Amino acid sequence: MSTIETLLRAAAAPTPSEEERAARAARRLSARAAAEGLAEIAYAPVDSPFGALLAAGTDRGLVRLAFPEEPLDEVLDRLARRLSPRIVEAPAALDPVRRELDEYFAGTRHEFEIAIDRALMSPFARRVLDATSAIPYGSVGTYTEMAAAAGSPRGSRAAGNALGSNPIPIIVPCHRVLRTGGNLGGYGGGLHRKRWLLELEGALTPEL
Amino acid sequence: MTSRFPTQARFIAVRSTLPPFQRFLDEHREEVWRLLVASVGPIEADDCFQETFISALHAYPRLRPDSDLRAWVLTIAHRKALDTHRGRARRALPVAEVAEVADGGVGSSGPRSAAHAPQPRDETLWEAVHELPARQRSAVLLRYVGDLAHRDIAAAIGCSEEAARRSLHEGLNKLREIEVVLR
Repeated sequence: MSTIETLLRAAAAPTPSEEERAARAARRLSARAAAEGLAEIAYAPVDSPFGALLAAGTDRGLVRLAFPEEPLDEVLDRLARRLSPRIVEAPAALDPVRRELDEYFAGTRHEFEIAIDRALMSPFARRVLDATSAIPYGSVGTYTEMAAAAGSPRGSRAAGNALGSNPIPIIVPCHRVLRTGGNLGGYGGGLHRKRWLLELEGALTPEL
Repeated sequence: MTSRFPTQARFIAVRSTLPPFQRFLDEHREEVWRLLVASVGPIEADDCFQETFISALHAYPRLRPDSDLRAWVLTIAHRKALDTHRGRARRALPVAEVAEVADGGVGSSGPRSAAHAPQPRDETLWEAVHELPARQRSAVLLRYVGDLAHRDIAAAIGCSEEAARRSLHEGLNKLREIEVVLR
Protein backbone atom coordinates (compact mmCIF):
# COMPACT_ATOMS: atom_id res chain seq x y z
CA MET A 1 0.00 0.00 0.00
CA SER A 2 1.36 3.44 -0.87
CA THR A 3 2.06 6.06 1.77
CA ILE A 4 -0.93 8.19 0.81
CA GLU A 5 -3.25 5.19 1.19
CA THR A 6 -1.81 4.46 4.63
CA LEU A 7 -2.32 8.09 5.64
CA LEU A 8 -5.91 8.08 4.40
CA ARG A 9 -6.76 4.91 6.30
CA ALA A 10 -5.11 6.22 9.47
CA ALA A 11 -7.03 9.51 9.23
CA ALA A 12 -10.31 7.60 8.72
CA ALA A 13 -9.75 5.31 11.72
CA PRO A 14 -12.36 5.76 14.43
CA THR A 15 -11.44 7.59 17.61
CA PRO A 16 -13.32 7.11 20.90
CA SER A 17 -14.80 10.60 20.68
CA GLU A 18 -16.04 9.93 17.13
CA GLU A 19 -17.63 6.67 18.26
CA GLU A 20 -19.44 8.47 21.05
CA ARG A 21 -20.62 11.20 18.68
CA ALA A 22 -21.92 8.57 16.27
CA ALA A 23 -23.74 6.82 19.12
CA ARG A 24 -25.32 10.12 20.22
CA ALA A 25 -26.39 10.93 16.66
CA ALA A 26 -27.95 7.45 16.41
CA ARG A 27 -29.88 7.95 19.68
CA ARG A 28 -31.22 11.28 18.40
CA LEU A 29 -32.26 9.59 15.17
CA SER A 30 -34.13 6.79 16.96
CA ALA A 31 -35.92 9.20 19.30
CA ARG A 32 -36.98 11.37 16.37
CA ALA A 33 -38.09 8.38 14.28
CA ALA A 34 -40.35 7.25 17.13
CA ALA A 35 -41.66 10.72 17.99
CA GLU A 36 -42.52 11.56 14.36
CA GLY A 37 -44.09 8.18 13.65
CA LEU A 38 -41.48 7.25 11.04
CA ALA A 39 -40.78 4.00 12.85
CA GLU A 40 -43.63 1.53 13.27
CA ILE A 41 -42.33 -0.02 16.49
CA ALA A 42 -40.52 1.60 19.42
CA TYR A 43 -38.97 -0.52 22.18
CA ALA A 44 -37.13 -0.01 25.43
CA PRO A 45 -36.16 -1.95 28.53
CA VAL A 46 -38.47 -1.44 31.50
CA ASP A 47 -37.34 -2.23 35.05
CA SER A 48 -39.34 -4.69 37.12
CA PRO A 49 -38.89 -6.95 40.16
CA PHE A 50 -38.28 -9.73 37.63
CA GLY A 51 -35.42 -7.83 35.98
CA ALA A 52 -35.50 -5.74 32.80
CA LEU A 53 -38.60 -6.44 30.72
CA LEU A 54 -38.59 -5.52 27.05
CA ALA A 55 -41.56 -3.34 26.10
CA ALA A 56 -42.43 -2.70 22.45
CA GLY A 57 -45.24 -0.48 21.19
CA THR A 58 -46.85 0.64 17.94
CA ASP A 59 -48.94 3.77 17.34
CA ARG A 60 -51.91 1.69 18.50
CA GLY A 61 -50.45 0.63 21.83
CA LEU A 62 -48.24 -1.85 23.63
CA VAL A 63 -47.75 -4.85 21.38
CA ARG A 64 -45.18 -6.94 23.28
CA LEU A 65 -43.80 -7.31 26.78
CA ALA A 66 -41.00 -9.87 27.11
CA PHE A 67 -39.51 -11.44 30.23
CA PRO A 68 -35.76 -11.02 30.87
CA GLU A 69 -34.93 -14.58 29.70
CA GLU A 70 -36.22 -13.92 26.21
CA PRO A 71 -33.23 -12.91 24.06
CA LEU A 72 -33.62 -9.33 22.81
CA ASP A 73 -32.48 -10.16 19.28
CA GLU A 74 -35.00 -12.99 18.97
CA VAL A 75 -37.89 -10.86 20.23
CA LEU A 76 -36.98 -8.04 17.80
CA ASP A 77 -36.42 -10.44 14.88
CA ARG A 78 -39.88 -11.87 15.40
CA LEU A 79 -41.44 -8.38 15.56
CA ALA A 80 -39.59 -7.44 12.36
CA ARG A 81 -40.92 -10.53 10.60
CA ARG A 82 -44.47 -10.42 11.91
CA LEU A 83 -45.14 -6.65 11.93
CA SER A 84 -42.46 -4.37 10.47
CA PRO A 85 -38.66 -4.04 10.37
CA ARG A 86 -39.02 -0.31 11.10
CA ILE A 87 -38.09 -0.84 14.76
CA VAL A 88 -36.14 1.65 16.89
CA GLU A 89 -35.08 1.84 20.53
CA ALA A 90 -36.83 4.88 22.00
CA PRO A 91 -37.17 4.88 25.82
CA ALA A 92 -39.35 8.03 25.92
CA ALA A 93 -42.02 6.37 23.75
CA LEU A 94 -42.50 3.72 26.45
CA ASP A 95 -42.72 6.15 29.39
CA PRO A 96 -46.45 5.53 30.07
CA VAL A 97 -45.86 1.76 30.15
CA ARG A 98 -42.92 2.24 32.53
CA ARG A 99 -45.00 4.47 34.81
CA GLU A 100 -48.01 2.12 34.99
CA LEU A 101 -45.85 -0.96 35.57
CA ASP A 102 -43.95 0.83 38.37
CA GLU A 103 -47.27 1.66 40.03
CA TYR A 104 -48.55 -1.88 39.54
CA PHE A 105 -45.46 -3.44 41.12
CA ALA A 106 -45.69 -0.90 43.96
CA GLY A 107 -49.23 -2.14 44.59
CA THR A 108 -50.82 1.25 43.92
CA ARG A 109 -52.26 0.44 40.48
CA HIS A 110 -54.91 -2.26 40.03
CA GLU A 111 -55.90 -1.53 36.44
CA PHE A 112 -53.82 -0.65 33.42
CA GLU A 113 -54.95 2.27 31.29
CA ILE A 114 -52.36 2.12 28.49
CA ALA A 115 -53.68 1.03 25.11
CA ILE A 116 -52.66 -2.38 23.80
CA ASP A 117 -52.15 -3.50 20.21
CA ARG A 118 -53.33 -7.08 19.67
CA ALA A 119 -51.57 -7.49 16.32
CA LEU A 120 -49.55 -10.50 17.54
CA MET A 121 -52.64 -12.43 18.72
CA SER A 122 -54.61 -14.86 16.57
CA PRO A 123 -58.39 -14.20 16.40
CA PHE A 124 -59.01 -17.00 18.90
CA ALA A 125 -56.25 -15.75 21.21
CA ARG A 126 -57.81 -12.27 21.09
CA ARG A 127 -61.11 -13.63 22.35
CA VAL A 128 -59.40 -15.64 25.10
CA LEU A 129 -57.18 -12.75 26.16
CA ASP A 130 -60.07 -10.25 26.05
CA ALA A 131 -61.92 -12.51 28.49
CA THR A 132 -58.76 -12.70 30.59
CA SER A 133 -58.47 -8.91 30.70
CA ALA A 134 -61.94 -8.80 32.22
CA ILE A 135 -60.83 -10.75 35.34
CA PRO A 136 -60.46 -8.08 38.05
CA TYR A 137 -57.30 -7.54 40.10
CA GLY A 138 -57.26 -9.92 43.05
CA SER A 139 -59.55 -12.47 41.38
CA VAL A 140 -58.88 -15.57 39.32
CA GLY A 141 -60.61 -17.47 36.51
CA THR A 142 -60.19 -20.92 34.94
CA TYR A 143 -59.04 -22.18 31.54
CA THR A 144 -62.52 -23.63 30.99
CA GLU A 145 -64.18 -20.27 31.67
CA MET A 146 -61.82 -18.51 29.26
CA ALA A 147 -62.52 -21.11 26.55
CA ALA A 148 -66.28 -20.68 27.06
CA ALA A 149 -65.99 -16.89 26.93
CA ALA A 150 -64.03 -17.25 23.67
CA GLY A 151 -66.95 -19.26 22.23
CA SER A 152 -65.28 -22.65 22.45
CA PRO A 153 -66.54 -24.35 25.65
CA ARG A 154 -64.57 -27.55 25.08
CA GLY A 155 -61.40 -25.73 24.06
CA SER A 156 -59.74 -25.30 27.45
CA ARG A 157 -56.49 -26.77 26.14
CA ALA A 158 -56.51 -24.35 23.18
CA ALA A 159 -57.29 -21.54 25.61
CA GLY A 160 -54.30 -22.66 27.69
CA ASN A 161 -52.09 -22.45 24.61
CA ALA A 162 -53.39 -18.97 23.76
CA LEU A 163 -52.68 -17.84 27.32
CA GLY A 164 -49.24 -19.47 27.24
CA SER A 165 -48.27 -17.44 24.19
CA ASN A 166 -49.73 -14.17 25.50
CA PRO A 167 -47.52 -11.47 23.89
CA ILE A 168 -48.32 -8.95 26.66
CA PRO A 169 -48.11 -10.81 30.00
CA ILE A 170 -48.75 -8.99 33.32
CA ILE A 171 -50.75 -6.25 31.54
CA VAL A 172 -53.03 -8.80 29.88
CA PRO A 173 -53.31 -10.76 33.13
CA CYS A 174 -52.96 -14.37 31.99
CA HIS A 175 -51.49 -15.11 35.44
CA ARG A 176 -55.07 -14.85 36.80
CA VAL A 177 -56.14 -18.00 34.95
CA LEU A 178 -55.83 -21.28 36.91
CA ARG A 179 -56.95 -24.86 36.45
CA THR A 180 -60.40 -25.79 37.68
CA GLY A 181 -59.88 -26.81 41.30
CA GLY A 182 -57.22 -24.22 42.02
CA ASN A 183 -54.07 -25.85 40.59
CA LEU A 184 -51.86 -23.02 39.27
CA GLY A 185 -51.57 -24.54 35.78
CA GLY A 186 -48.76 -23.11 33.65
CA TYR A 187 -47.13 -19.76 32.96
CA GLY A 188 -44.92 -18.57 30.12
CA GLY A 189 -42.79 -16.52 32.50
CA GLY A 190 -42.32 -19.39 35.00
CA LEU A 191 -44.69 -20.63 37.69
CA HIS A 192 -42.76 -18.84 40.47
CA ARG A 193 -43.65 -15.54 38.81
CA LYS A 194 -47.31 -16.50 38.40
CA ARG A 195 -47.41 -17.25 42.14
CA TRP A 196 -45.57 -14.00 42.94
CA LEU A 197 -48.01 -11.90 40.87
CA LEU A 198 -51.06 -13.57 42.43
CA GLU A 199 -49.60 -12.97 45.89
CA LEU A 200 -48.93 -9.32 45.00
CA GLU A 201 -52.59 -8.99 44.00
CA GLY A 202 -53.77 -10.76 47.15
CA ALA A 203 -55.41 -13.55 45.16
CA LEU A 204 -53.11 -16.13 46.71
CA THR A 205 -51.84 -16.41 50.27
CA PRO A 206 -48.04 -16.46 50.41
CA GLU A 207 -46.62 -19.93 51.11
CA LEU A 208 -44.84 -20.20 54.41
CA MET B 1 -30.69 -31.61 4.05
CA THR B 2 -34.12 -33.14 3.51
CA SER B 3 -37.02 -31.88 5.50
CA ARG B 4 -39.99 -33.88 6.70
CA PHE B 5 -41.90 -30.61 6.76
CA PRO B 6 -41.66 -29.15 3.27
CA THR B 7 -44.36 -26.55 3.92
CA GLN B 8 -42.52 -25.15 6.89
CA ALA B 9 -39.19 -25.22 5.03
CA ARG B 10 -40.70 -23.14 2.25
CA PHE B 11 -42.08 -20.66 4.74
CA ILE B 12 -38.62 -20.16 6.26
CA ALA B 13 -37.02 -19.74 2.85
CA VAL B 14 -39.27 -16.88 1.73
CA ARG B 15 -39.66 -14.94 4.95
CA SER B 16 -38.12 -11.52 5.38
CA THR B 17 -34.74 -11.54 7.04
CA LEU B 18 -34.18 -7.80 7.16
CA PRO B 19 -32.78 -7.04 10.59
CA PRO B 20 -34.75 -4.71 12.88
CA PHE B 21 -33.84 -1.14 11.86
CA GLN B 22 -32.20 -0.40 15.22
CA ARG B 23 -29.68 -3.22 14.71
CA PHE B 24 -28.93 -1.97 11.20
CA LEU B 25 -28.42 1.55 12.61
CA ASP B 26 -26.15 0.33 15.42
CA GLU B 27 -24.06 -1.75 13.05
CA HIS B 28 -23.46 1.03 10.53
CA ARG B 29 -23.67 4.30 12.47
CA GLU B 30 -19.89 4.64 12.93
CA GLU B 31 -19.03 3.99 9.28
CA VAL B 32 -21.66 6.47 8.13
CA TRP B 33 -20.51 9.02 10.71
CA ARG B 34 -16.85 8.71 9.65
CA LEU B 35 -17.69 9.02 5.96
CA LEU B 36 -19.75 12.14 6.65
CA VAL B 37 -17.16 13.78 8.90
CA ALA B 38 -14.54 13.19 6.23
CA SER B 39 -16.91 14.40 3.49
CA VAL B 40 -18.57 17.49 4.97
CA GLY B 41 -16.77 18.13 8.27
CA PRO B 42 -17.95 17.55 11.84
CA ILE B 43 -20.40 20.49 11.96
CA GLU B 44 -22.58 19.40 9.09
CA ALA B 45 -22.02 15.67 9.63
CA ASP B 46 -24.85 15.49 12.15
CA ASP B 47 -27.54 16.91 9.84
CA CYS B 48 -26.32 14.64 7.05
CA PHE B 49 -26.35 11.68 9.42
CA GLN B 50 -29.97 12.34 10.42
CA GLU B 51 -31.04 12.79 6.78
CA THR B 52 -29.19 9.64 5.74
CA PHE B 53 -30.89 7.39 8.26
CA ILE B 54 -34.32 9.05 7.88
CA SER B 55 -34.11 8.30 4.13
CA ALA B 56 -32.94 4.77 4.92
CA LEU B 57 -35.84 4.30 7.36
CA HIS B 58 -38.37 5.37 4.72
CA ALA B 59 -37.05 2.94 2.12
CA TYR B 60 -36.14 0.17 4.54
CA PRO B 61 -39.15 -2.22 4.30
CA ARG B 62 -38.92 -2.24 0.50
CA LEU B 63 -35.32 -3.50 0.52
CA ARG B 64 -34.60 -7.05 -0.53
CA PRO B 65 -33.54 -8.97 2.57
CA ASP B 66 -30.32 -10.10 0.87
CA SER B 67 -29.24 -6.53 0.01
CA ASP B 68 -25.78 -5.32 0.97
CA LEU B 69 -27.00 -2.96 3.71
CA ARG B 70 -23.57 -1.46 4.34
CA ALA B 71 -22.98 -0.43 0.72
CA TRP B 72 -26.59 0.77 0.52
CA VAL B 73 -26.44 3.13 3.51
CA LEU B 74 -22.97 4.45 2.58
CA THR B 75 -24.35 5.25 -0.87
CA ILE B 76 -27.19 7.23 0.72
CA ALA B 77 -24.70 9.03 3.00
CA HIS B 78 -22.55 9.85 -0.02
CA ARG B 79 -25.55 11.42 -1.78
CA LYS B 80 -26.46 13.46 1.28
CA ALA B 81 -22.86 14.71 1.45
CA LEU B 82 -23.03 15.69 -2.22
CA ASP B 83 -26.27 17.59 -1.55
CA THR B 84 -24.50 19.44 1.24
CA HIS B 85 -21.61 20.32 -1.06
CA ARG B 86 -24.06 21.58 -3.68
CA GLY B 87 -25.98 23.53 -1.05
CA ARG B 88 -22.77 25.25 -0.04
CA ALA B 89 -21.99 26.00 -3.67
CA ARG B 90 -25.44 27.59 -4.10
CA ARG B 91 -25.03 29.77 -1.06
CA ALA B 92 -23.13 32.99 -1.65
CA LEU B 93 -19.46 32.25 -2.01
CA PRO B 94 -16.56 34.67 -2.14
CA VAL B 95 -15.70 35.38 -5.77
CA ALA B 96 -12.33 33.68 -5.42
CA GLU B 97 -13.96 30.36 -4.59
CA VAL B 98 -16.49 30.35 -7.42
CA ALA B 99 -14.00 29.22 -10.05
CA GLU B 100 -13.00 26.34 -7.83
CA VAL B 101 -16.60 25.20 -7.45
CA ALA B 102 -17.27 25.48 -11.17
CA ASP B 103 -14.25 23.24 -11.58
CA GLY B 104 -16.06 20.54 -9.66
CA GLY B 105 -13.99 21.09 -6.55
CA VAL B 106 -15.13 22.55 -3.28
CA GLY B 107 -13.57 25.20 -1.12
CA SER B 108 -12.79 24.92 2.55
CA SER B 109 -14.80 22.40 4.54
CA GLY B 110 -16.17 25.00 6.90
CA PRO B 111 -15.42 25.76 10.52
CA ARG B 112 -14.17 23.00 12.79
CA SER B 113 -15.40 22.57 16.32
CA ALA B 114 -12.84 22.68 19.07
CA ALA B 115 -14.36 19.58 20.64
CA HIS B 116 -13.58 17.57 17.54
CA ALA B 117 -9.87 18.47 17.70
CA PRO B 118 -8.61 16.40 14.75
CA GLN B 119 -4.92 15.75 14.22
CA PRO B 120 -3.47 18.70 12.29
CA ARG B 121 -2.05 16.23 9.80
CA ASP B 122 -5.48 14.66 9.19
CA GLU B 123 -6.92 18.15 8.84
CA THR B 124 -4.48 18.94 6.04
CA LEU B 125 -5.21 15.62 4.39
CA TRP B 126 -9.01 16.11 4.42
CA GLU B 127 -8.64 19.61 3.08
CA ALA B 128 -6.62 18.21 0.20
CA VAL B 129 -9.28 15.56 -0.37
CA HIS B 130 -12.03 18.21 -0.40
CA GLU B 131 -10.19 20.14 -3.08
CA LEU B 132 -10.26 17.18 -5.47
CA PRO B 133 -12.79 17.28 -8.34
CA ALA B 134 -16.16 15.83 -7.18
CA ARG B 135 -15.83 12.36 -8.67
CA GLN B 136 -12.26 11.83 -7.48
CA ARG B 137 -13.20 13.10 -4.03
CA SER B 138 -16.15 10.70 -3.89
CA ALA B 139 -14.01 7.77 -5.02
CA VAL B 140 -11.29 8.47 -2.45
CA LEU B 141 -13.77 8.93 0.43
CA LEU B 142 -15.85 5.87 -0.44
CA ARG B 143 -12.72 3.73 -0.82
CA TYR B 144 -10.65 4.81 2.19
CA VAL B 145 -13.29 5.99 4.64
CA GLY B 146 -16.26 3.91 3.50
CA ASP B 147 -14.03 0.92 2.69
CA LEU B 148 -16.28 0.04 -0.26
CA ALA B 149 -15.30 -2.25 -3.14
CA HIS B 150 -14.78 -0.66 -6.58
CA ARG B 151 -18.05 -2.15 -7.79
CA ASP B 152 -19.96 -0.45 -4.94
CA ILE B 153 -18.09 2.83 -5.44
CA ALA B 154 -19.11 2.75 -9.10
CA ALA B 155 -22.75 2.15 -8.11
CA ALA B 156 -22.66 4.97 -5.55
CA ILE B 157 -21.16 7.48 -7.98
CA GLY B 158 -23.24 6.22 -10.89
CA CYS B 159 -20.42 5.31 -13.29
CA SER B 160 -18.71 2.20 -14.62
CA GLU B 161 -16.37 0.23 -12.39
CA GLU B 162 -13.47 1.16 -14.65
CA ALA B 163 -14.33 4.86 -14.42
CA ALA B 164 -14.47 4.53 -10.63
CA ARG B 165 -11.01 2.91 -10.57
CA ARG B 166 -9.69 5.69 -12.80
CA SER B 167 -11.13 8.43 -10.60
CA LEU B 168 -9.64 6.80 -7.55
CA HIS B 169 -6.27 6.49 -9.23
CA GLU B 170 -6.29 10.13 -10.37
CA GLY B 171 -7.39 11.29 -6.93
CA LEU B 172 -4.60 9.39 -5.22
CA ASN B 173 -2.06 10.79 -7.67
CA LYS B 174 -3.13 14.34 -6.83
CA LEU B 175 -2.94 13.59 -3.12
CA ARG B 176 0.59 12.21 -3.52
CA GLU B 177 1.65 15.72 -4.43
CA ILE B 178 1.00 16.79 -0.84
CA GLU B 179 2.38 13.60 0.69
CA VAL B 180 5.67 15.31 1.47
CA VAL B 181 3.90 17.87 3.60
CA LEU B 182 2.09 15.17 5.53
CA ARG B 183 5.04 13.00 6.44
